[in-house]
Amino acid sequence: MDVLWAEGGPLTAREVGRLIADRDLAPTTVMTVLDRLTRKGFLTRVRDGRAWRYEPAASRDAYIAELMLEALEMTGDRSAALTRFAQAVSGTEADVLRKALTELEEE
Amino acid sequence: MIAAVALAALAAVCALSAWRMTFVRWTWRAPRAAIALWQALGLTWGLASVGALLAYALEPWGRGVIHGLVYLVTHWREPSGLQRVGALAAGLALLTVLLAVVVVAMAQTLQARRRHRLLLSLVARDEPAVPGVRVVDHPGAAAYCVPGLKSQVVISEGTLSLLSRDELAAVLAHEDAHARERHDLVLLPFAALRWVLPWSKVVRDANASVALLVEMAADDHARLRVPPKRLATALLRFGTAGAFATPHGALGVGAENVMARVNRLVKPGPAMRRRYRYGIVAGAALLTTSAPLLWFLPQ
Repeated sequence: MDVLWAEGGPLTAREVGRLIADRDLAPTTVMTVLDRLTRKGFLTRVRDGRAWRYEPAASRDAYIAELMLEALEMTGDRSAALTRFAQAVSGTEADVLRKALTELEEE
Repeated sequence: MIAAVALAALAAVCALSAWRMTFVRWTWRAPRAAIALWQALGLTWGLASVGALLAYALEPWGRGVIHGLVYLVTHWREPSGLQRVGALAAGLALLTVLLAVVVVAMAQTLQARRRHRLLLSLVARDEPAVPGVRVVDHPGAAAYCVPGLKSQVVISEGTLSLLSRDELAAVLAHEDAHARERHDLVLLPFAALRWVLPWSKVVRDANASVALLVEMAADDHARLRVPPKRLATALLRFGTAGAFATPHGALGVGAENVMARVNRLVKPGPAMRRRYRYGIVAGAALLTTSAPLLWFLPQ
């Protein structure tokens, strides 16, 4: 995925394999991974002659945003899918906490 | 008639106790025992409500709920009288709804987690400074655990820059407790019940109470390994790091809860006597066995 995100254009499996030069991967392995990612909806592909050209379906930042929305419980439904450390609070409530924090640090 | 009345009374007692439990503060002094009591109350309430309806429906046969149901299925007889048939239908319907909701909630949760894990595997990275923890490149403050057979602790880049080393260790100890004690499984049935009864204040409050108790239990676990004050400052820093403007006002109780946890850590009151803690757990166990036993009561 990182290779495809960095490239910014559609690539064939062979090109991806060449770009991941540091790891010695068989071309079929690369193709399998690309195919699986496509089936899960993370990549889109178009025919180019006899090969497929793959492209990320969404940007890296979009996925990070999705993760963070869930992590910060902002998707609307309070699900029990994740267990979180603490919640951020807003406005005047945050002032109460800020004051408590200063007091604790001065001790 | 005894079984039906006893089960109905038991259900009422459970509902009343749950309502009381959302106000009381002694639970904060023994979060684990209180969680056990909450689970017992929830389970017993469900079994007693279903049992009361079924016991009334099957009462003329004098076989109790369990054997009455077996008799019903094997002989394919229906109870006489419209009221009893109605009670039978209502009891079975309630049982189906309660079971279905938990199963659906579990399936949805698992699906959400699978998607989350998949995304993590694509965009999260390892950080040499915090081994075993996945890091997401985002300036917001987040630290959480994706529970499962192999639980995964995740923090954001924002958390790394927000907290000191000691505070980070405290947060990780807290998340580790969530992962090891599978607190998500504790929360699941209560969250599921909230989906069925979204308008019920008691269910909503119960859910919030249990969620807070789970956090306190994890805090207690973390304080054994890190200085409590570091955990307290980490909590406060997190609370004030509003990297996002919150789109909906669902976070109203946030500050109150954070302060409650901080106060527990900084000024711990006298611990609840062991006697009382064991008493609560024994009571919870007794409560849990009471409803199934009444299901066998023949009259």
